[in-house]
Amino acid sequence: MDLNTIREVSHPQSRAQLPVWTAGDAWLAGGTWLFSEPQVHLTRLIDLTDLKWPALTIGEAGLTIAATCTVAQLDALGCPPEWLAAPLINSCCRAFLASFKIWKTATVGGNLCMSLPAGPMISLTSALDGVCTIWKAGGGEQTVRVADFVTASQRNVLEPGDLLRQIDIPLAALKRRSAFRQISLTPVGRSAALLIGSISSEGSFALTVTASTARPVQFSFAGIPQADELREAILHRIPDTLYHTDIHGKPAWRKHMTLRLADEIRAELQGPARP
Amino acid sequence: MTYQINGTSFSETPHPGQCLRTFLRQLGHFGVKKGCDAGDCGACTVLLDGEPVHSCLIPAFRAEDHAITTIEGFAPAGGTHPMQQAFLDAQAFQCGFCTAGMILTCASLNQGQRQDLGASLKGNICRCTGYRAIEDALQGRNNIEDADAGAAFGRSLPAPAGPQVVRGAARYTFDMAVEGLLHIKMLRSPHPHARIVAIDKTATLQVPGVHMVLTSEDAPDRLFSTARHEKAWMDPDDTRVLDNVVRFIGQKVAAVLADTEAAAEEGCRRLKVEYEILAAVVDPAQAIAPGAPAIHPDKTAAEHRVADAPRNIVAETHGEYGDVASALVQAAVSYEGTFTTQRVQHAALETHGGIAWVDAAGILNVRASTQVPFLTRRALAELFDLPADKVRVFCERVGGGFGGKQEMFVEDILALAALKSGRPVKFELTREEQFISTSTRHPMRVTVRAGADRDGRLTALQLDVLSNTGAYGNHAGPVLFHACGECIGVYNCPNKKVDAVVAYTNTVPAGAFRGYGLPQTIFAVEAAIDELAKQLGLSPFEIRRRNIVKPGDPMLSPPESEYHDVFYGSYGLDQCLDLVERAMQDGGPKTELSAEWLVGDGIALTMIDTVPPAGHIADARISLRDDGGFELVVGTAEFGNGTSTVHRQIAATALATTVNRVRLLQSDTAHGGHDTGAYGSAGTFVAGRATQTAAENLASEFKTFASGIMGAAADSCILENDSVICGKQRLSFAQLAEAARRQGKTLAASGDSAGTPRSVAFNVQGFRVAVHKGTGEIRILKSVHAADAGKVANPMQCRGQVEGGVAQSLGATLYEEMIIDDGGRVINPKFRDYHLPSFADVPRTEVFFADTTDTIGPMGAKSMSESPYNPVAAALGNALADATGIRFTSVPFKPDRLWPLLQEKFGSK
Repeated sequence: MDLNTIREVSHPQSRAQLPVWTAGDAWLAGGTWLFSEPQVHLTRLIDLTDLKWPALTIGEAGLTIAATCTVAQLDALGCPPEWLAAPLINSCCRAFLASFKIWKTATVGGNLCMSLPAGPMISLTSALDGVCTIWKAGGGEQTVRVADFVTASQRNVLEPGDLLRQIDIPLAALKRRSAFRQISLTPVGRSAALLIGSISSEGSFALTVTASTARPVQFSFAGIPQADELREAILHRIPDTLYHTDIHGKPAWRKHMTLRLADEIRAELQGPARP
Repeated sequence: MTYQINGTSFSETPHPGQCLRTFLRQLGHFGVKKGCDAGDCGACTVLLDGEPVHSCLIPAFRAEDHAITTIEGFAPAGGTHPMQQAFLDAQAFQCGFCTAGMILTCASLNQGQRQDLGASLKGNICRCTGYRAIEDALQGRNNIEDADAGAAFGRSLPAPAGPQVVRGAARYTFDMAVEGLLHIKMLRSPHPHARIVAIDKTATLQVPGVHMVLTSEDAPDRLFSTARHEKAWMDPDDTRVLDNVVRFIGQKVAAVLADTEAAAEEGCRRLKVEYEILAAVVDPAQAIAPGAPAIHPDKTAAEHRVADAPRNIVAETHGEYGDVASALVQAAVSYEGTFTTQRVQHAALETHGGIAWVDAAGILNVRASTQVPFLTRRALAELFDLPADKVRVFCERVGGGFGGKQEMFVEDILALAALKSGRPVKFELTREEQFISTSTRHPMRVTVRAGADRDGRLTALQLDVLSNTGAYGNHAGPVLFHACGECIGVYNCPNKKVDAVVAYTNTVPAGAFRGYGLPQTIFAVEAAIDELAKQLGLSPFEIRRRNIVKPGDPMLSPPESEYHDVFYGSYGLDQCLDLVERAMQDGGPKTELSAEWLVGDGIALTMIDTVPPAGHIADARISLRDDGGFELVVGTAEFGNGTSTVHRQIAATALATTVNRVRLLQSDTAHGGHDTGAYGSAGTFVAGRATQTAAENLASEFKTFASGIMGAAADSCILENDSVICGKQRLSFAQLAEAARRQGKTLAASGDSAGTPRSVAFNVQGFRVAVHKGTGEIRILKSVHAADAGKVANPMQCRGQVEGGVAQSLGATLYEEMIIDDGGRVINPKFRDYHLPSFADVPRTEVFFADTTDTIGPMGAKSMSESPYNPVAAALGNALADATGIRFTSVPFKPDRLWPLLQEKFGSK
């Protein structure tokens, strides 16, 4: 929709050209959320396009995803065969409530910064042990794990003027065998629980709970836990108050689905790898 | 800046925060529609460098120097893209508002995406079709027939507007550029109940571009109802154009008129309103309890038709036949249950709104998105003290209605603004305004008590209904009365009782919505019938067969109706039950389901009077054109109901011509005559009858006139193949027109219909569902619908109405729900949080028609737009009960609502 209070769009081409952050400013990445709701408090958009950050960089340490990388670009990434976790990328892109037409515009960074519990890029990058690099408003950089970047529903560690630059995914995480489970109140609706589990070649087990909880919650075990052990850990680590409540799922149901999907993941990863 | 749109270069600079959608429309590309303006519905889809995007989410400046393709430029000039042709062949549209976006999206799908249409099309909402026809288009199916002269009725002819719809050329309400337009934006109440003490306009009037602020001081000091009925006494007079008391969050407070929407919005933000907060009540049971704040304390039954204003009761009805209490005591089996239905919205993709101006002749013109142009004209004339011929209300194509446009929500403000400013004005609601300020279905709490004897004969049926009409009483009474009518009238039962009340609350008003109260009560009644059957060991079909009315049986629901004009013009309920029973026995494709899925079947039936009571009037006029074709003028509106197709079929059949020879003019008060409106499924049954009469009158006139020319007896003449034949002589219609012209005679005729007597139509819905006992998920394995629509005028379109009704009702059964918090605020006023059925959510429904011919309806046809909606929730609830043994009594049946009871019964895994 038209954002009629916007008086100016600035187009910086480098970090040095970023304007001094003032009240009424907003970073414009894809714009798919900004333009989807009234934003009467905003007067200036700072367009990140001309910073021309490379969308995806595969290096020795792993994968670097620019905050401005679109969901479609990520979805289309040709992954090396040893990245056993690669199917998670497509699964998480498909977990978007939005249409594929939006994926071409919506960005990975935008999804993180929205910090909705159901943000599938949060699920993906937190499960893959992603680390955010933030350009601090006052200069300098800060790094923070994706799982710690989101602090609550629509809350994160960014302070006014901070800019999410990129997410780095370590190679080790990409090489883990993974399992994905998601449930929604409707067949292709917004995630009410999205869980990702993985095991490393050494046998360690990790589980990331998203969508059902206000922020990502991660579990790790030296090996695949027993069903009761995993269940107890979830019951212990996730208090009832941390389960998200909104029109897309009642908390008691989300809790049960979390326990159920976690057990399914545990069982899947306990079994043989699918060819 | 330079933009390449459909191969043409435009030098134009958008506003900094402007989205591509409005920019394209500003440049005249009206095929780009606004459904939600938030990226959820896909109606604004365009191609950017050949790739589909939602133009409402694209900052306009980013499209600079990219190739933009809108629906208008999708095919080479004058041509038709194969996907456009596919949509025409399959007739994959009803109102057509989503069609441009749907076509552009479908055409861009790759093979992989076509394999998973549920995922690929989740960004394209069609509120009308139920998606089967869209799938047909993608699979290249042809659903169209043709017809010889005089044989159009009963054939699957395509909608006349199809070619314009698929090219984005059909003009909807806002698809019109007007010079010097002022935009209206509305300041809305943030309080559920408050008195407006003062409005300071000073800062607003200083905003550049703002022309005027309208408040209650500018509005006529008259009460009316936004509900439009032929008889004004059906609704209470409780509403003002702008009031100094606001009774729900979202109610109009003041209108700002400005050169741009931006200035008008800024003007609204700068209004300083002083409110005196009043006590509010949002729960209907609390609203009618002693001590509740009165929402319309000054209204009376005598003057305003509010039954009991101090108790917040708008209308009520009570009555009994026989003695229900003792019948229940004596019954062999009995059931009592309380059922609740939620607040759902029509969600027509075109929002309410319009454009108004006073023309050089001093006539107030209102171009509106309405189902009722004539009744709106009447209301405007009364409100503003204008003679009827000084007000014109009209619509071209309307982007969906579903009853939501049987109201006057915006035309009053448009008229006030046009009259006060002397300028053309436009008012287009946002999707959020649609949710918070128009109307919804009436949420109801229905307690049903039912009893039967050992033989499965009903001995008692009792309804206790509490309906919530929100802050205003538009449709409150009629919906309540209808809700308590046919749902029990369809059953023979010696003891029946009804107690029903509709309450005011400080919430967004409820109004007319497809089915008009029946879906809510049928949900309860049909559950009770099933529960009795279960206790008796009877099948759901058998218990219904033993109790349904048959021709000759009185159709009774207490208290006794004052209307005695409903007859069995035809009867196909028995056939509908047989058709569904047979189809349900067919297992269908096998699906692999784990043991955690519980499977069950359920059915429900509905009867509906084919016309609303107390009069529904339609005039039609048809004339012979010089070229031997016809001009047919009707008042009824087209918003996807397909009546413009059917009217031409009726006329062409009566006049032995083909539909392409009949030009239809419709839904414009300037054409004269009257039409109560396109609601209550009256577009075919009532207005179609008027068209039939007009055409038949013209046919007689042809015979008389031709017989004079040919020197034959009029009764020896027949009409055949665009000609009049008298014995061996033949005169083509063109020759007839020529002869008439030479004699200075116009060959034209009129017809009218008063909407009485009325007939009854029937529907039966069957579902087979699987319910996952561990998650509460539901899968619909089979959906079967049988409809008794009399002689079906257009099987393809009628099937589309059935499928669309079932799909819309499935939305309300499974997903849709407007949540209002304790403070009276709608917390989910957007499609993202109000889940409309998308392609993935809607099963294919097998549709069957009973073989009947109605003695009252036009050419044997009956109404069939609303009633397919009515039995859906009930049938699904019955299937759930069959699958799980649990009677779920509240809709929507969302997994998180079903799960607690499933968990309780089946335990946790």
